Amino acid sequence: MGLKTPLHDKHLEAGARVVDFGGWDMPVNYGSQKEEHHAVRRHAGVFDVSHMTIVDLEGDRCQDFLRYLLANDVARVTEPGKAMYTCMLNEQGGVIDDLIVYFFEPTSYRLVVNAATREKDLAWIVKHAEAFDVDVRERAELAMLAVQGPKARDLAAPLVDSQYREQALALKPFTSLEAGSLFVARTGYTGEDGWEIVLPAADAPAAWDRLLAAGVQPCGLGARDTLRLEAAMNLYGNDMDDEVSPLDAGLGWTVAWEPADRDFIGREPLEARRERGGPRFVGLVLEDKGVLRSHQRIVVEGLGDGEITSGGFSPTIERSIALARVPAGDYEHAKVDIRGALKDVRIVKTPFVRNGQIRIDV
Amino acid sequence: MSDLPGDLQYTKEHEWLRREDDGSVTVGITDHAQSALGDLVYVELPEEGQELELDGEMAVVESVKAASDVYAPIAGTVVAVNEELGDDPEKINSDPYGDGWIVRMQPADGADDSALMSPDDYQALLDELDA
Repeated sequence: MGLKTPLHDKHLEAGARVVDFGGWDMPVNYGSQKEEHHAVRRHAGVFDVSHMTIVDLEGDRCQDFLRYLLANDVARVTEPGKAMYTCMLNEQGGVIDDLIVYFFEPTSYRLVVNAATREKDLAWIVKHAEAFDVDVRERAELAMLAVQGPKARDLAAPLVDSQYREQALALKPFTSLEAGSLFVARTGYTGEDGWEIVLPAADAPAAWDRLLAAGVQPCGLGARDTLRLEAAMNLYGNDMDDEVSPLDAGLGWTVAWEPADRDFIGREPLEARRERGGPRFVGLVLEDKGVLRSHQRIVVEGLGDGEITSGGFSPTIERSIALARVPAGDYEHAKVDIRGALKDVRIVKTPFVRNGQIRIDV
Repeated sequence: MSDLPGDLQYTKEHEWLRREDDGSVTVGITDHAQSALGDLVYVELPEEGQELELDGEMAVVESVKAASDVYAPIAGTVVAVNEELGDDPEKINSDPYGDGWIVRMQPADGADDSALMSPDDYQALLDELDA
């Protein structure tokens, strides 16, 4: 028996197949995973992401604290409500977690971190917050819904109190708004437009019912994974972990090197890694039949082996795609070892799919 | 709920087997198995003429979620494979006991079939898994 979100009964009502995910009982799909996937690309779907951990930070030196804690630089974010994606690194430059930080004011921020890493994240944050006298408050009493797809904002708008609705619909990508008891952010993990809505746990079941009544498709973790893979968004634990630096996981763009005198945890080993170079992190398309899966070996003639970190079947492209760490070098073709058979893969520029459109040549 | 045809035999690995009039057997995976796997996207089939041992790897079915081995429920020789699964693996989802068949085999002489289960026994296994 795992932890249950406030929507657990709603999932069962909707026919969910429930699996353990980081200690939580979560829906993996409600029927056809492919249909859930397509609903998000073409219309709108809703994911219960209440298992994710919301942490509010307050303190006079909150900004200084986060500039030290996170590899991206929160000082770059000056507009209230603006969100930023970043990694939190250990002293060796490995990724403790990837997270979204929301800026309210220099003394007040919100973090949304992964469920499976909750305990080590909180321990790490609390440990380092002390020196900055920052108050760390987990908001376990809140639920979170991700409503995603081209029609998502229109269909979710009635959940927002009318006095805030216009403002909520005017939110730019990666910005957020306190709207009464709701917190609405134009963010997501699917490569589609949409909102992530934080709300009191007690209000979540009614909000869920209203979304379903409006024609929004309930979607499970299965579709969430194929959608994020098509969007080439990393998954913690697959594409990076405590032993892998963001530079080895295609996340160099999230590291703020300037200003050069900003001291953040992991900076020194990360700079050394940047000097020394390292593997490529790429998108792959399987040219043959079959399915790419994480941990399959990639063979690059003359250069050595790499490994798939996330792989699967793309319902939008109807081909198998993957993210992989492969040897440095200038090449476009490689082989993948699928159960002993070497099959052709091609390196492509990611994302594979964005806003309903296939972005690679097939 | 799984719907179990009464004229088939079953394995604990969730394969089914039908005895044909010509002495061959047709093999597929059960409704329970396809439902647990989710939408199928690829099936790796054996070669015709290939000889299989009891519980040997016969095929691989891959869904959006996972890859899963299908084992030979009886020893024998592959006499036909369902080529249509190449273009339409979802036939296994939509019709696991019909158009979604995977392999037809000619059982070896005296092949051991003692582990095959009746529909009632397989239903009892499913009930146990649900409990």
